[in-house]
Amino acid sequence: MAKGKVVLALGDDISTDIIYPGRFMATVLPKETPQFAFVDNAEFNRRLKAKEIPAGSVIAAGKNFGCGSSREQAVSCLKGYDLAVVAKGIARIFLQSAINLGLNIVICPEVEAAAGDELEIAGGQVRNLTSGKSFAITPLPKARQAIIDAGGLIPYTRGLLLARR
Amino acid sequence: MGMTYAQKLLAKACGRTQAAVGDVLEPPVSLAMSHENGALVINQFDEIFQGTGREAKAWDPERIALIFDHRVPAESAKTATNQKKIREFVAKQGIRKFHDVRGDVGGVCHQILPENGYVRPGYVVVGTDSHTTSHGALGAFSFGIGATEMASVWTLGRILNVEVPGTIKVVVDGQFPEGVYPKDLILYLIGQVTSEGANFKVFEFHGAAIRAMSTSGRLVLCNMSVEAGATSGLVPPDEETRRYLKEEAGVREPLDCFGPDPDAVYDQTITIDASRLEPQIACPHTVDNVKPISAVAGKKVQQIVIGSCTNGRLDDLEIAARILKGRRVDDGTRLLVFPASWRIYREAMKSGALADLAAAGAVICNPGCGPCLGVHQGALGDKEVALATTNRNFKGRMGNPNAEVYLCSPAVAAASAITGAITDPRTLTVPQGAR
Repeated sequence: MAKGKVVLALGDDISTDIIYPGRFMATVLPKETPQFAFVDNAEFNRRLKAKEIPAGSVIAAGKNFGCGSSREQAVSCLKGYDLAVVAKGIARIFLQSAINLGLNIVICPEVEAAAGDELEIAGGQVRNLTSGKSFAITPLPKARQAIIDAGGLIPYTRGLLLARR
Repeated sequence: MGMTYAQKLLAKACGRTQAAVGDVLEPPVSLAMSHENGALVINQFDEIFQGTGREAKAWDPERIALIFDHRVPAESAKTATNQKKIREFVAKQGIRKFHDVRGDVGGVCHQILPENGYVRPGYVVVGTDSHTTSHGALGAFSFGIGATEMASVWTLGRILNVEVPGTIKVVVDGQFPEGVYPKDLILYLIGQVTSEGANFKVFEFHGAAIRAMSTSGRLVLCNMSVEAGATSGLVPPDEETRRYLKEEAGVREPLDCFGPDPDAVYDQTITIDASRLEPQIACPHTVDNVKPISAVAGKKVQQIVIGSCTNGRLDDLEIAARILKGRRVDDGTRLLVFPASWRIYREAMKSGALADLAAAGAVICNPGCGPCLGVHQGALGDKEVALATTNRNFKGRMGNPNAEVYLCSPAVAAASAITGAITDPRTLTVPQGAR
């Protein structure tokens, strides 16, 4: 299935203030937010904007990724580059917003991945092709699959709306 | 089997007799709140209706609240345009719970909702702000969601995929000692539980210290419950809830007050003796990095902030004013005060608290989120250290990733303003009238 290189390896408690700092919150539209993704990490932000990072590349993180503010810009800015997030844990609001916007997120409590490692996400496992180790994926909270299958919450809600008389 | 307060509330909201932990429900929403990010909600809402041939009409304008607080008055053309877009939407949809940039009814959303009686016990409240957990202080199941989720709520009138959460029961007995406040209690609890320890769970607060606590204090506890990852903080409603809603929020209608079942099953019970607490400080750069004040006392600070949805209420301002009256903010620091609403601002003006704070050297700013999230006023310089009564100390939070933020109670903030360093209010030796 999905294969990608780790382009950023992060620790625990990466807040939405780090992913998308509050001072850029007046920018709200998903097509405009990617320019500020990880903006305080100047080199990573430059590489994103210069299109040096291919779609499907992976951000590996520790526990509680996306904690803090509910700002959806922190999700849409990553979705704009089609990045995937493989984290040991993901905070509740970020997790739901990622499902709603179709950002590829994987919860993998034991994952070991360093920058530059090649990861393969398939069959309920994250395989680190560089180290040769495999790690089990925690399934997403139940009842979310319908939203993912519909292509996100907007088409899903539109479907519910149209099903109404 | 007995149910916790959250289980009982969600079962009731969905017209069921039972709600087991892990059940996925779609409760009708009693109140849906957004602030300036309503501009994004409107964008997503319009997108849902695109191509459906239906008019983009919100399900119930009486259940939508829109409040300007994050950047008031607007700091940029972009914000001003977002606010304009929201005003037009409010007029078009006939939304009446709208709080514009105004000195009579304006303020921070998590103060505006309680003080106007928009939240009641038993309500299901959602907000596009993570600190929406605050309203559990009035017995509502209240939580933060993303903007697209809110657009779905505006369309459907219910919130999808709510898992009935497990509950951590927090029992707080004993009396708070002099100089120790609800803020110290919640910082202590977050330090114990850790920043993700309550992820997908809720806190339910009990005990003599909670029963004796004002709604203002309970709002502090529930506001910061999210900093341990909790979906919501909950105080089952009691006499104080009824008093607040009737006397301070002007609610006339009967309230639906109930508590958890006596045989409710909890994931965990945490017992805290309030009388043994001391002032607590959350150190950079996570809210669970909590230490007793003795461990960090003496740390020099260049900016102190008193205010926000956490600690910008009248009692907070008065505690600070009592400490600062007749004293002087140290030359090495600056003190910014942000009341949580204009009602509080006017009350604090009347009580003299604002005059005492300003006379000591504080800058009284207009109600709003201000420097808390670094979007508006009060940014920090490189390598500066701030001490704030706000709720987050993440790297970059106060507008600068090369600065540090410590979190504390209003009493610690006020005492520290006098010395220019983190100071235990119980040991302040500068005499009153020393200015």
